[in-house]
Amino acid sequence: MKFLANKVNGNSLWSDALRRLLRDNLAFWSFITIALYLIIAVLVRFNLIGSEWQETIGSSRAAPTFNGSYLEWFGLDIFGRSVLTKTLQGTYTAMYVGFVSSLIAIPIGVVMGALAGYFGGWIDDLITWFYTTLSNIPEILMLVAIAIALGKGIDTVCVALGVTSWVGLARLIRAEFMKHKNREYVAAAQALGSSHARRIFKHIFPNVLHIVIIGFSLRFVVAIKSEVVLTYLGLGAEIGERASWGIMISDASGELVQGVWWGLVSATMGMFPIVLAFSLFSDAFRDAVDPKLRT
Amino acid sequence: MFAYIVRRLLYAIPILLGTTFILFVIFNIVPGDPALQLAGKHATVESLATIRAELGLDKPWYLQYFDLLKQLLSFDFGRSYATKMKITDMIREGAGTSFSLTFPVFIMSTIISLVIGVVIAIKRGSLVDKTIVTLSVAAQSVSILVYILAGQYVLAYQWGWFPISGFDPSWVDRWQYFMLPWLIYLCLAVAPELRFYRTIILDELYQDYVRTARSKGLGTKTIMLKHVLKNAMIPILTNLVISIPFLILGALLLESYFQIPGLGDLIIKAIANSDRPVIISVTVLGTAAYIVFNLLSDIMYALVDPRVQLK
Repeated sequence: MKFLANKVNGNSLWSDALRRLLRDNLAFWSFITIALYLIIAVLVRFNLIGSEWQETIGSSRAAPTFNGSYLEWFGLDIFGRSVLTKTLQGTYTAMYVGFVSSLIAIPIGVVMGALAGYFGGWIDDLITWFYTTLSNIPEILMLVAIAIALGKGIDTVCVALGVTSWVGLARLIRAEFMKHKNREYVAAAQALGSSHARRIFKHIFPNVLHIVIIGFSLRFVVAIKSEVVLTYLGLGAEIGERASWGIMISDASGELVQGVWWGLVSATMGMFPIVLAFSLFSDAFRDAVDPKLRT
Repeated sequence: MFAYIVRRLLYAIPILLGTTFILFVIFNIVPGDPALQLAGKHATVESLATIRAELGLDKPWYLQYFDLLKQLLSFDFGRSYATKMKITDMIREGAGTSFSLTFPVFIMSTIISLVIGVVIAIKRGSLVDKTIVTLSVAAQSVSILVYILAGQYVLAYQWGWFPISGFDPSWVDRWQYFMLPWLIYLCLAVAPELRFYRTIILDELYQDYVRTARSKGLGTKTIMLKHVLKNAMIPILTNLVISIPFLILGALLLESYFQIPGLGDLIIKAIANSDRPVIISVTVLGTAAYIVFNLLSDIMYALVDPRVQLK
């Protein structure tokens, strides 16, 4: 997408990064894929598509066919419901889990990392102790523990993922704040009388924003994959609560033997592009904003 | 050196207290009364009180937390609600099985991914490098469950190459049941590991000492084996040591799908049965193991790299 890249003016970090991202075809198409999934999720959220996922439209476990309506393209599930609409609903669920768990994890990670890195001393010791402690509990066990404590449901998955996945981000943010706090621009801000909060959020934070964006993108990868595993463990969305790729894949373990493969394939085909896109986009974005890698 | 080890050991104590306390708090806000669950349908007020006293549930919370620590240190966790067996025995058996499943394939996946990682790091930017990296990102974008289900259905059920699931307690005969789980484990583990090794080797390849070695006229092979790999060994070994608790814990989902009675299967069954003491003890022990191996890797790091102690 070079013609778009050439339209970006300016030499700031962000315009430079944007130009690099637009030149990178893989990053561009990853971004388009993410946007597409977000649009689908929003459409599903407002019941514009896929709202009829609970309706029986044919016989149980009918194979995919292109003769009837588009609802039968991906086949039907055990209750004769359209797998296509379930896959669309699953898109919404996946984006929801990714988004909500990020909204929990990112603020915790940023605030903890910023406080520890900026203030140092006993605050740093305390926060480092806290997140070292958390990260010493194997993640899958922690997820299980939280899911058991809060009970089943999709929101539990979000909370469990949110409170377990902020540690990596907090570590990165802390290291960056330690680097930045002694820079001249922070000293200048102090000399002009700005408060600690202003220095942290107004001055240093914009300089670590790229880490937050990469963290946000990677959270989605973790969240979408974890939802599937937690659902299999019986800790995910409750049946009837909503459709999810995790439920579709878990259901497949009983269906495959009967030759019913379309549920598994649909969920996998729904999941693969978006997880791939988020991974590739995170990598490309990291390359685009990291000046050290530039030659 | 000695002072560093002592300091590091002392630092592990607040971590252990912290982790056990977090888990204690989480498990104590679980809805439902374990005594009610145990007493069954014909519970009376008296029988409930007896069970509470037996489990120590009538004590104040700090004494209950203290009991948990005592259980951890004495390695005695009482009995399972579901099987009535001693949890310590269940864990010991399960851990052995899990380890025999994961350890051989862990060695295999490490060797394979290290070799591929080194080769594509040397050929950075080439078609081979780009293809392998893209493929491994793609391989990681598919859910673990899909690998298991597809492998079990196609390779075992349709083509009959492997037993579909099962386990043999004898050490000689269990391998046939492990073949398919191993294959799936390799598919899952090699992709992220080779990217990890590639990054580590790339970090070393642009160091000054490599340029020096090259300007002395050394060949790529000598530089890689004698210089780069030796330096890269530090992060590689650390990573390997930290992985060991996860091997004991087993490949949770593999064990569950292939009905291999390891620790992973144990905890999944415990979740399904709401077997609280089993879940708590496996979680607490798994965490303790993780802390111990973290500690070991830090100490090893300091032994290999004297600069570490200066921090």
